Parts: sequence; structure tokens; C-alpha cells
Amino acid sequence: MRVALFVTCVNDALYPATGIATVRLLERLGVEVDFPAAQTCCGQPQYNTGYHREARTLVRRTARAFEGYEYVVTPSASCAAMVRAHYAGLGGAGLGPRTYELTEFLVDVLGVTDVGAYFPHRVTYHPSCHGLRLLGLGDRPRRLLAAVRGLELVELPGAEECCGFGGTFAVKNPAVSVAMGRDKARSAVGTGAEVLCGADNSCLMHIGGVLRREGAGLRPVHIAEILAGTEEEPPR
Amino acid sequence: MRRTFLGMPAFPEAAARAVADPVLRANLRHATHTIRDKRARAVAELDDWALLREAGRRIKDRTLRHLDTHLLRLEEAVTAAGGTVHWAEDAAEANRIVTGLVWATGEREVVKVKSMATQEIGLNEALEAEGIAAYETDLAELIVQLGEDRPSHILVPAIHRNRGEIRDVFRDRMADWGRPAPDDLTDAPADLAEAARLHLREKFLRAKVGVSGANFMVAETGTLVVVESEGNGRMCLTLPETLISVVGIEKVVPTWRDLEVFLQTLPRSSTAERMNPYTSMWTGTTDADGPGAFHLVLLDNGRTAALADEVGRQALRCIRCSACLNVCPVYERAGGHAYGSVYPGPIGAILTPQLRGTASEADASLPYASSLCGACYEVCPVAIDIPEVLVHLRGRVAGRGGRGHRLERAAVRAATWLLDHPGALATGERAASAARRVVPSRPPGSGAWTGGRELPEVPQRPFRDWWRENRA
Repeated sequence: MRVALFVTCVNDALYPATGIATVRLLERLGVEVDFPAAQTCCGQPQYNTGYHREARTLVRRTARAFEGYEYVVTPSASCAAMVRAHYAGLGGAGLGPRTYELTEFLVDVLGVTDVGAYFPHRVTYHPSCHGLRLLGLGDRPRRLLAAVRGLELVELPGAEECCGFGGTFAVKNPAVSVAMGRDKARSAVGTGAEVLCGADNSCLMHIGGVLRREGAGLRPVHIAEILAGTEEEPPR
Repeated sequence: MRRTFLGMPAFPEAAARAVADPVLRANLRHATHTIRDKRARAVAELDDWALLREAGRRIKDRTLRHLDTHLLRLEEAVTAAGGTVHWAEDAAEANRIVTGLVWATGEREVVKVKSMATQEIGLNEALEAEGIAAYETDLAELIVQLGEDRPSHILVPAIHRNRGEIRDVFRDRMADWGRPAPDDLTDAPADLAEAARLHLREKFLRAKVGVSGANFMVAETGTLVVVESEGNGRMCLTLPETLISVVGIEKVVPTWRDLEVFLQTLPRSSTAERMNPYTSMWTGTTDADGPGAFHLVLLDNGRTAALADEVGRQALRCIRCSACLNVCPVYERAGGHAYGSVYPGPIGAILTPQLRGTASEADASLPYASSLCGACYEVCPVAIDIPEVLVHLRGRVAGRGGRGHRLERAAVRAATWLLDHPGALATGERAASAARRVVPSRPPGSGAWTGGRELPEVPQRPFRDWWRENRA
């Protein structure tokens, strides 16, 4: 099986480790991965901030970049939701049904929950809003994590509450955004976990930024990096 | 809308002030989480909730599509039952009509049932300017009125107050408005309720004019419906000689049977009750029973304009249950006053800019007062896709390049150009990676992010370079 990786702009520029982990994980599961170089950003920041014409430019680019692929896989629930929920109305029809968030692709298309990973840490999972409410990822990420050898999964209290990132909301309403982030960070620290896992690096960037400012030791790690880790090749 | 809200700062500044107030934060957190959890349990009891929600959505949409027909039918039915219907295009006209009606009775005071429409038009202030005293009789509205405060929640207007603060308001202010609070008033809820009850009883028994809104108006029978929990509404609707109801035109439902849906979804969504304690319904006037004169003031005040917007019109489905406020993480931290409107929270963020427009900086900031987490849409009993309308209204604000958006628009255009040119983008990414060791942790202009958070570290190389070196 051959898939196109939609790495997303945030992962490309700031979290290459997540993209690399996604490639290694998929390859380990026997999937051939392509990276169409014409891809950049899905247009979600423009769209959600009200710049709909600018969003269309990127929607057209993204739709063209992934033409011809039966499966487009992305390690970002939020970008997957953008493509699936809004592309049809913005001149990018056809890409939505072919686009899969990583955990969705693993569980629904490949039919695996045990991906052969090893991660000997105490982990809590934050289901970011777009994965939870727009994609309906449900317990897929937690099922994948529960099957990782050595991993102890602890429940995050108030897990379904937004972390406060919200794209440009984070800088347009910084006081409320940080207040939400602090509450999320504190409830994550309270679980006693070493690692805060999520399927969206943008949310983890925000929560992680709050954690570092507050001097907390809890580390944010994208789910792709945990699932890619093995005894031979541990993640960072 | 309400005059006291004029001069409010834009949402981000007002919200920042609220976030910094620990008492307010604690009051809101406690109250919203309590109602939120109770609502979830009340809704979970019904296995046909999804169907009721869909039915509610459809009844409202179908009604709004033929609103003119249903309103004319309502007018006919109300008139036939002995009532008088008045049409008000805006707040000023509605206030003029009500003031004139009260003056004509010769009375100079009215008792009020809790009503969002009359708050929206600033009726109390308009009456006061004409020498007419309006007494709020809902417990929370009484707290707000005595405290010269503003409501901060649709259903629980004094949600920002704790019981100690309420005791102080009652002790300090009740005597100015009528029967004083007892000297030994404690902050026990039963004592506070008893003080309010004795204070209000005087008003109920004396008042000759009652003013209300309505939750629903049934077109086929001309029946108005008020649902409430305290019984103050029943008093105001039955004891006075004249009843004046000010109701938004979107509150009409075609048939009596349509209430079957909303009388199930509204109480569970709002107070988490299976059924609200008091449901009052009245049709025109009845000889020797209840008010002898009934006036219905149908209020537009921006609703027709909202109806003309194909995406925004779904906000008119709202039945004012407040479920969206109670689950909203932004409302929980910012509080209701930050929204600068009688309609706070997620629904306020889509309703206020449609009713009032987005010309002021405060109103233009409201569509951005959300992280788009979608919790509001999930609980809405009439399935208003609030995030969809927020993004739509952001398009209206940003697309216009108005206040504060000119620079932003230029920046977004530049960023979009870069993102539309992968070669230039990669060059930029490499430049950032090369400079990663010399970039300060809080670069100039990054204050909105770095005020409360660290910036992410720039990696050694972007993903696309790893790919080129290892896979391509």
C-alpha cells in the first residue's frame, strides 16, 4: 500500500521529529510513504481567522499536491478536520474522504491497534478538540497507546476540555488562552505522568509552552513518536 | 442594546481583567461545572435526545423560512383572543410603545418577569427616564438590579456573585427599593431567598402593570408561554390588571404541538430539570381572571437582517437555554460581562454581532472570543453550529479589513504567499533553523505568545530537508 504523507506546516517547520516518526512507523507496518513536495499548509489558520480568500489559495494548492493518492495520512487531527469538514466548500472537493488522521488510518484502514511499539513511561493523553468533536477519533488513540509495551496510560481529568490553543485565538485572546492552558497543564501534571501525549502538535506546543514557563517536568510528545518507538530505536 | 454596556472595551481586554480576578474565577468555575454536570445527567436520561434535538432544529428552521406567515397568523389569533399586537422595528420603537402603554394606565411602576428581550432593548432604563420604576422579580435579576450590576449569564444573571456578596447587596440596598432585609441576614440560601420573597411580595400585591417576555408564542392559538423556576413569573402574569409582553419575532412556533419538543429540551438544557417548576400559558384575556388588558410587542431589532444571512440565521433558532455558556471554557474564564452584551457566551458571540453589527471594536472582537473547540455545538438543543457561524462572522470582520485588521490582513497575505511558494518557504525554514541559536527566547513582538508561555524551539532542520536527504 502506498500513501501520501501530509506532514503539515507546523510539523515541517517546528516538529520534524513527528514527521520522521510517522514515516518510520508507517514503513515498519509495510506501508510505502510518499512526500509530495508541493504541499505546505492546509489553510486552516487563514480560514478560521476569517481570511477565506487566502484560505482558498492554500486549499487549491493542497488539493493539487495530493491528487491521485488513494490515502493521504496526516499526524494532525486539526488539519485532517480542516480538510474533511471544510475543503468541499472551499474549492478542494474530493480530498476530504481520502484524508486520514494517523490514528484513524492505523485503526480503520490498516486494522491494527498493536503497532509493535515500546515506550516504558507513564503517559496521559489529551484528546484535542478537533480530533474529538470534528473527526470523532473516540478511543482510537488510547487503544493504540494501551497496546504499547511498557507504557502505563493514566486518565487525564477533564480530558475533553479545550487546552486553549485555538489557532490565532492563542494570540488574539492570550489571557484566556493561557488561563485555559494552565488549567490543562495542571491537570496533566496532577496525573503524575512523565509524558503528555496528543495527536496535535499545535495544542502540545501551547500546553508545552505553559509547562516550560511554569517549570514543570512533564514532557509533551506526539503520539506518532510514541508509536514509532521500539526497543532498538527508542524515541527521543 | 442595554445602555450600561456602552463603552465596554473589546473582548480580549475585558476578558484579561476577568481572568485576573480570583474570586470571579472561582465563582464561575464552581457554578458552570455544577450546571454542566447536572445537564449532562439530565440529558443522558432520554434515549431519544438526538431525535428531539433534530426535531427542534427542524421546527425552528421551518418556522423561520415562513416567519412572515406565522407572525401574521399569531397577530390574528392574539387579536381574536382580546389582546393587542404592536410591531417594533427597533429598541427605541419598542421602548416608546411600552412607555406609552404604561403611561396610559396612569401607573408609574411595573413588575417584571425575567426577560432577555426587555434587557436587550434597555427597557428598564427607558422606563426610568420617563419616571416609571421597573422592579425585577426574578431572584438573580433582583440581585443584579439592587447591586447596580449587569447580568453576566442568560439564565443565571448573578452567576458571578457568591452568596456572601449577595448577602451584602441585600443588606445594603434592599431598603432603598422597598422592604429592607432583616438585620440578622445570613448568607444561607434559604435566608437569602426568604428576604427576597418578603421584599418582592410587596411589589407583586401592589403592581397594576406586569411586563414580561416569552419563551414561545403559538401562532395557531395566539398563546404565549413563559417557563420559570421561582413562581415570580406566575405572580407577574396573573396579578396585575395590565400585562405587556415584549417578544422577539423568532420566538413564534406554528402549532401547540411544537411545544412538545421544546418543553422537553429547554428545561433539561438550562436548569437540568426534567420539567421546569412553573409553565405559564396565556391566550389574550379572560373575563374576571388575570389581566384585563394584554399587549404583545413584537420586536425585530436586527432579527430580520440576521434572517437574511444564510449561515448566520441559525442563531435565531436559539431558545436561550444557556447550555453553551455552561460548557464554554472561554466563558468559564472570561465571565459574561466581557462580552459587552446581554447575550454573553458562545451564543452571544454570534448573536450580538448580528443584531448590533460589527462597527464597534468591541462587537467586532466577539466572533474571535472562541477557541472553536465545539463544545457549544455539541450541547445545543437546537443544533446551532456556533463554530460555523463564528468563522463566518470572522470572514465578515476580517474580509472588510476594518479596525485592527488592516495590518493583520497584510501579514496574512504575506504568509499565504510564502505558503503558496514551497521553495521560498523552505528557504525561510532553513534560515530560521540556521539562526536558532541566536534567536532570543522572547523576540520583540512576540508578547502575546510569550507573556504566559515559552516559544517552541526551532529544530536543526525542517522535515522536508530530512526527507530529501533520507528518502527522496
